[in-house]
Amino acid sequence: MTKQHANWSPYDNNGGSCVAIAGSDYCVIAADTRMSTGYNILTRDYSKISHLAEKCVMASSGFQADVKALQKVLSARHLTYQHQHNKQMSCPAMAQLLSNTLYYKRFFPYYSFNVLGGLDSEGKGCVFTYDAVGSYERVGYSSQGSGSTLIMPFLDNQLKSPSPLLLPAQDAVTPLSEAEAVDLVKTVFASATERDIYTGDKVEIVILNAGGIHREFMDLRKD
Amino acid sequence: MFRNQYDTDVTTWSPAGRLFQVEYAMEAVKQGSAAIGLRSKTHVVLACVNKANSELSSHQKKIFKVDDHIGVAIAGLTADGRVLSRYMRSECINYNYTYESPLPVGRLVVQLADKAQVCTQRSWKRPYGVGLLVAGLDESGAHLYYNCPSGNYFEYQAFAIGSRSQAAKTYLERKFNNFTASSREDLIKDALIATRESLQGEKLRSSVCTIAVVGVGEPFHILDQETVQQLIDTFEIVREEETAPAEPEAAAEQDAATDQASGADQGGAGNQGGADQGGSPMDI
Repeated sequence: MTKQHANWSPYDNNGGSCVAIAGSDYCVIAADTRMSTGYNILTRDYSKISHLAEKCVMASSGFQADVKALQKVLSARHLTYQHQHNKQMSCPAMAQLLSNTLYYKRFFPYYSFNVLGGLDSEGKGCVFTYDAVGSYERVGYSSQGSGSTLIMPFLDNQLKSPSPLLLPAQDAVTPLSEAEAVDLVKTVFASATERDIYTGDKVEIVILNAGGIHREFMDLRKD
Repeated sequence: MFRNQYDTDVTTWSPAGRLFQVEYAMEAVKQGSAAIGLRSKTHVVLACVNKANSELSSHQKKIFKVDDHIGVAIAGLTADGRVLSRYMRSECINYNYTYESPLPVGRLVVQLADKAQVCTQRSWKRPYGVGLLVAGLDESGAHLYYNCPSGNYFEYQAFAIGSRSQAAKTYLERKFNNFTASSREDLIKDALIATRESLQGEKLRSSVCTIAVVGVGEPFHILDQETVQQLIDTFEIVREEETAPAEPEAAAEQDAATDQASGADQGGAGNQGGADQGGSPMDI
């Protein structure tokens, strides 16, 4: 006698891809704006990016209802923090908060695959990558979502530091400029759009640096 | 008020129908240092006197931001005030989370009043010993409320609570008719003058007072010390200029003010003359 399974799921996958790249004094966070369900498109113009704190931006793909709820919870918690500490949360602090919030629902998770980007307390770019239940790590770059399997290997090829074990020793990768990073993001999304049906329409690119926050859009293939 | 046999519990009525513990709580508000609030059609200003216990300590925080559109000034037991501010902040955050819109001030003060009332009807609790001046903006405009330890709340055009608040209230009573149409700058100036009245003789400096503003298009925020000192200097300077051309009005008020000790206050009357002329250059 096989176990009976639910004929209804509380989750849905709205697709989409997210990327973040950290630089020496900037951070680029990007996500496409397509929201799908099954083989259908719900809208071509939905933002997956949330500006949680002054120097901290989160991009999330997965089930957008859970993403929205998660954004609201973090936003409310950030307000409380500001009341108590009289300052904005730093990106590493928000990173820990996000992890704790996700694990809080360990047994009914937020179906949200997140990538957090911003500037740390020294002004350097930082990117944190998560799974659905809060396991996280600080990295130099990351991608999540339906296109991540296509995007991540390409980012590894372009951005990964050479191993210190190599002989002859190879130089550390020359630091990426902000313009190069943005260009890389555009390239990466254009490529992912080609083969991932859930990625397309537009890519929203957010750049965080000492001068503040800057947002731009780029059109992608709509098929 | 004197001790009597009906004042031990908050749950005991006196034969005259009074709850003495509640009245004693309102006394605690009168003992705290002054807090003042005034509102125009579009702005609300809160001001308070900040007296440190000694030169060595910092002064207590008496003005709290509750949300972008609401702020509160307290007088009395500041610890109770802090706790109530935390409650107010929490209510605003929860409302915003559910309705994605700001909590209307009127609702918040009712919730606060109901919370205070509970403490007047439980034998294991005591009333909050703090009076709150709640300043906020909502769709119907700018509002200023006063919440009592008794659980009552009132809306005001202008009000002052705490010790020596009567001096500030007297000033506000003279001027309040003009407040609705006041500009932001004039409103802040009136708040500073009312604060000075509460100081009664002591020189008004930005280190002894705190000013906060909320208005249409302007989230609630506390003005920093430098700005406040500049504002004080601006109208103190004007006051010195105005005492020379003595107006009959100013002369009459100076007679009334002769018993005030410090020189800083003698010009207070002259400033009324200046303010009535409308010639104060308030550039912030």
